[in-house]
Amino acid sequence: MGEVIPDSNQESQPEKNKKTSRRKFVRNLGLLGAGLATGAAALEAGHLFQKSKFKGKKEVFLTQDNRLVEVDSLEVKAHEKPAAEILQEHGREGLPGHRWIWVIDLSKCRNARKCVMACQEAHHLRPDQFHINTLEMQENKHTPAYHMPKPCQHCDNPPCVAVCPVDATFKRPDGPVLIDNERCIGCRFCIAACPYSARMMNWSKPKYADQDKDQVYNIELNIPQKIGTITKCLMSSDRLREGKLPYCVSSCPNGVYYFGDEYEDTVTNGTTKETVRLSALLSENAAYQLMPELGTKPRVYYLPPEKRPYPFEPSNDAEPKKA
Amino acid sequence: MNENPSTLEIVTKDLTSHIRITKPFMLWMGFLILGLLVCLFAYLQQLRYGLGVAGIRDYISWGLYLANFVFFVATSLVGMLISGVLGLIGIKWVTPISRIAEIIAVGFAAIAGVVIIMDMGHPDRLAYVFLYGRFQSPIFWDVTVVTTYFVLSFLLYLIPMIPDLVIIRKWIDKFPAWLTKIYRILSFNWTNKPEQNKILQRLVRILLILIIPMALAIHTVTSWLFAMTTRTGWDSTLFGPYFVTGAFVSGTSAVIIAMYFFRKNYKLDPYLTDLHFNKMGKLLVLVMLVYLYVNINEFLVPGYKLKTAEAITLLDQLEGSNAVMFWLVQICGLILPLILLVFSKIRRPLPLMIISIAVLIGAWFKRYIIVVPAQEHPFLPIQYVPYNFKFYTPTLIEIAITMSSFFMLLIIITLLSKMFPVIPVYETAKERGLVINDEYANDEYANDKYANDEYANDEYANDEYANN
Repeated sequence: MGEVIPDSNQESQPEKNKKTSRRKFVRNLGLLGAGLATGAAALEAGHLFQKSKFKGKKEVFLTQDNRLVEVDSLEVKAHEKPAAEILQEHGREGLPGHRWIWVIDLSKCRNARKCVMACQEAHHLRPDQFHINTLEMQENKHTPAYHMPKPCQHCDNPPCVAVCPVDATFKRPDGPVLIDNERCIGCRFCIAACPYSARMMNWSKPKYADQDKDQVYNIELNIPQKIGTITKCLMSSDRLREGKLPYCVSSCPNGVYYFGDEYEDTVTNGTTKETVRLSALLSENAAYQLMPELGTKPRVYYLPPEKRPYPFEPSNDAEPKKA
Repeated sequence: MNENPSTLEIVTKDLTSHIRITKPFMLWMGFLILGLLVCLFAYLQQLRYGLGVAGIRDYISWGLYLANFVFFVATSLVGMLISGVLGLIGIKWVTPISRIAEIIAVGFAAIAGVVIIMDMGHPDRLAYVFLYGRFQSPIFWDVTVVTTYFVLSFLLYLIPMIPDLVIIRKWIDKFPAWLTKIYRILSFNWTNKPEQNKILQRLVRILLILIIPMALAIHTVTSWLFAMTTRTGWDSTLFGPYFVTGAFVSGTSAVIIAMYFFRKNYKLDPYLTDLHFNKMGKLLVLVMLVYLYVNINEFLVPGYKLKTAEAITLLDQLEGSNAVMFWLVQICGLILPLILLVFSKIRRPLPLMIISIAVLIGAWFKRYIIVVPAQEHPFLPIQYVPYNFKFYTPTLIEIAITMSSFFMLLIIITLLSKMFPVIPVYETAKERGLVINDEYANDEYANDKYANDEYANDEYANDEYANN
């Protein structure tokens, strides 16, 4: 390539020969300038030729903030960072421009527990580990009993995040509270601090430990599950990234769940796929939150279990029994 | 054994006679090490198969280990009470007890640090607490203050002992060479000069003042591990004082037990007299009265109101599944000892020691009562899980791992008491008006020379200053 003579020459010349006349110096300078210009022109010509040779091959990409961009195939390079690091970065960053919100209609829950099973399957959990659980609730003996699906409330003021000593569990700007398996030291302070009993521990070897052994850790899916660390509801952050509804929401057969974006003021029913206005849904049905008096600011709303079209059927499995 | 030790030599001999390897010592250490090895095997199981080998599960996730941690932190607080508070007030009878209190403080604080590692799901990530530590987390505060308290207690154990090490090196020459070497290193060229004495006294005073807020901090912060959550039974503004006053009870009883066995096994009767036991008995009554007062507050105030969620946790302790343990602890560990110790006849060494053991056991179970039952009643019901998720039962492995902490503690206490005098030689001699002059300070000349050099240095410094 037309490498340019380093300009150190230009300076060293007059230094070497102090007796050189001014005219000679100016002449040398002129020669050097001409050389530089020629070299630069040659470089530019070469570059333009290279560019034109591959021009026309454009590739289209979707960026992290959901913009479609066109990139020349010449510019496309494999990411320098390892996959694990990228997953970590994305997982902690979240999906800017969104505020995910959850509405659970208690009048529709018939305790099918399809949400529980879909969740346990997606996150490779044991049958006794619940990111989401349906609880049998009754305020007092004069009020009717009802089934209450209870995921993590993804509080905006999460007590679990406050007490974590190593920043393993964190609140993401778009709503969900996640847990980092690679960071968690297993002190269980978050379990103690959570008033909703939403956090579980991998007390022993996880169910699919051998099968998931070589998988790159995805913080948004919390797979592979790791022994001695916390696992919890992740609002199916991996599905949100793909533009899909959470596992539990889309697996419900009874239309219990609405999920959506608070910024857009819309939520979509996971069963009927009907999209409704969030503010109207909340105000028309007298929505409430779980224990708002604790100051946790939950991101999950409940619609009261009114006018249920079927009787309450208690489950035999709900109450823990001696084996 | 001299009934009324009257010379420095006799005092020194009396107070160092236990520093030798005896058959009972070997047997005792053998027993402790064997016990520790068995328990370490249990810990290996936990390392291999995870915390699941213990009985703790998702709902009651803090069990024996954490109760044990609180107990160890609590008991270590007594160093501050005896050396710090009583020492600074200038109470004379604590002189022979202060070092025993520091042994208890050092031993319990050190093991508290080990116990909390046993409770971690990932002990290999311990360094993360320092690498990624978040200031918001009470665990971060706890790690900081417990470490600081341990260092301060260790200094308070070591620094007042410096003159002792020189005296016993001078008077006693039967120690093994390695021990003499340790004495020489730890005595930091002490020559009993007035300037050195002044520095030492000032240093000890600073440490005694520092140890008081630090001791209050360790147990207040430990109580905050619980009180900073919204759980009923833990969500109490009284938890800091509740823990600190309880700590004085368990610590004082631990010191009394240690005093009794040191006096008996190391033949220290003329130094740890019945008077000392009587005084310690009275101190125990005082701290138990304070603790009783705090207990009444802690249970009567929520008990009067019986708010829905709190009522469930509280009534479970008063008349439910935890009632037997609760009332045993309150009656046998607090109220009954309190009544008995009012009588001076009970405050003699043997009965006082037996009562102290009951109080100490009660103090351990009290920590269990604080930690476990509050988790049995979360706000939302425990459903669709196996039976052992709802009712916590410690496993054998868990109990063995917990016991390992006591073996380690006894090993530390035994070694410290076998390597160094348990009663301050220098201070005891000084208090008895025995002559401690510079007769053992043979390095004096060297020191003076050093002082001269220092002076020369100053001169040089002045020159430098002039040049500038």
